[in-house]
Amino acid sequence: MTLDSMARKYERRTRPAQKTATSAMIASLAAEGYETVSAPFGNALVEAARRDPRIVGLSADLAKYTDLHVFAQAMPDRFYQMGMAEQLLMSAASGLAREGFLPFATTYAVFAARRAYDFIAMAIAEENLPVKIACALPGLTTGYGPSHQAFEDLAIFRGLPNMVLIDPCDACDVAGMVPAMLAHDGPVYARLLRGKVPSVLTRHKPDYRFELGKAQLIRDGGDALVISSGIMTMRALDAAEALEADGIGLAVLHVPTIKPLDTETIVAEARKGGRLVITAENHSVNGGLGEAVARTLMLAGVSAPFRMIGLPDEFLEAGALPTLHDMYGLSTKRVVEQVKGWL
Amino acid sequence: MSIQPTTGALSNVSLEQRAWNIRRKALLMGEVQGQGYIGQALGISDVLATSYFHALDYRPEDPEWEGRDRFLLSIGHYAIALYAALMEAGILPEEELETYGMDDSRLPMSGMASYTPGMEITGGSLGQGLGIAVGMALGLKRKLNPAFVYNLMSDGELGEGSTWEAVMSAVQWKLDNLICIVDFNNQQADGPTRDALAVGAEAPKWEAFGWHAQEVDGNDLGALVAAFDAARSLAEPKPRVIICNTTMCKGVDFLEAREITHFVRVEPEEWAMALDKLEEGRPA
Repeated sequence: MTLDSMARKYERRTRPAQKTATSAMIASLAAEGYETVSAPFGNALVEAARRDPRIVGLSADLAKYTDLHVFAQAMPDRFYQMGMAEQLLMSAASGLAREGFLPFATTYAVFAARRAYDFIAMAIAEENLPVKIACALPGLTTGYGPSHQAFEDLAIFRGLPNMVLIDPCDACDVAGMVPAMLAHDGPVYARLLRGKVPSVLTRHKPDYRFELGKAQLIRDGGDALVISSGIMTMRALDAAEALEADGIGLAVLHVPTIKPLDTETIVAEARKGGRLVITAENHSVNGGLGEAVARTLMLAGVSAPFRMIGLPDEFLEAGALPTLHDMYGLSTKRVVEQVKGWL
Repeated sequence: MSIQPTTGALSNVSLEQRAWNIRRKALLMGEVQGQGYIGQALGISDVLATSYFHALDYRPEDPEWEGRDRFLLSIGHYAIALYAALMEAGILPEEELETYGMDDSRLPMSGMASYTPGMEITGGSLGQGLGIAVGMALGLKRKLNPAFVYNLMSDGELGEGSTWEAVMSAVQWKLDNLICIVDFNNQQADGPTRDALAVGAEAPKWEAFGWHAQEVDGNDLGALVAAFDAARSLAEPKPRVIICNTTMCKGVDFLEAREITHFVRVEPEEWAMALDKLEEGRPA
């Protein structure tokens, strides 16, 4: 191979040179201006486990990176380190559920969705067992590249009967979803935000509380309705504030439960005429919230103009998260640009 | 009424009759449906007789009794054999035999937990049973429940990586309440297991991983009783495996002599012939 052809083979998409710290590749959501909460998942789980002795925690060598280490430290005898073996993680969780326990199994979203899918499908979902799967690095929340970026996890799990799917926005959602996952008598897959997680929703809507299966209007606006889940609700809210200065009214309907979808609220909001409907998700545009909303609106006979913000149908690049969010249209700046372009 | 583990009190003759009854019921189900994994069922009947009439503790009238030993059928397509054993054990009524594989039956062709009393898991996606067994064994220990978990798997499942994840984990957690039974009939869907992934002696592999391993003739009731007794009474804090070398179609000589494949074809008129042949071998 000539140096020239080698250079072509390894050429990356051209983009402005960035000098971003390596730490920005891991967990920074660039949520400037928001207070953060440390390990909301781990702390909520410890709190729940103090009340319910059936709760146990399992991880496949990623307790530290899913905040399950908080639980493991507080309740070491209720924590199972299953090793780097995701198929075993899910089948063992299934076995513990059969014996009357409420297992929380954690790993990265890519490993649960891609590697352990058959075990989640047949050992857990088919028998509707109460295994709670909580997975970090959903969508584009790491710059490590496709091996770690779960841009299609929701598409994979949406096809699975019995499975409830949660895509939380912030620390409030993450803490609130833990008791909700427990209260649901069946399997749940939750995307996880770990480490220092921003508090977003209560700043925009002080009485907000996570409710399983409920979409909630966080703010109203007359020009466009963003129907969003996960961290894209944060982006939509930030974009709404920026657009307000330009006299553009952006309503934001937060849909933290992807399945079952709150079709009633979605249809009711989309029916309020004269608004562009935009879905926004930290996920591929294939098979996620956007397509679920599109189907819902079609079936309900709602014919609002419709646009989607989401990740493209491609393996994403590695790099610093802020760069990547700009590149793939998930940053606040890009959401603002896209909305303006459509209105 | 609880059938207590008998640790050798039952004679081999009695177990022989149980095994014969299981074979007969499996053949009757095969006849009803005109098909079924009868080769595997006839091969595993001695193991099932030993399990249900020598080793396992259970209550026929209460299949979900908390104190029961759990018996997991990882190999869902062996359901025809387990249904026969569950009927013989009084957990399923024998009349249901007529419904095998039919619409609305509780006895589907591949075993599913939600269909059948006594069917602990939905098997069939091979390589899942042992991992589930690990979780159940952990759960039982957490509850201080002294029951055993038995996982019946096939030699073909030795090719699944997930099996070996579970093998390692069972040692890690010192699961002395876990007994894995491997039906080694050397036959998987495309041909002999020995021509696929299961190369080399099996027992040393499991031993190397830290298991207590025994390899026995899976159609020798005396050997099976001794192996199950050894597995259950072992004091060492490690999981146990019994590798059972079985003969497909055991007990029906003209099927045994047939070129054996994963799915043994039985012609419509041959079911009655097979039952006649089995009848010739009815234990005294």
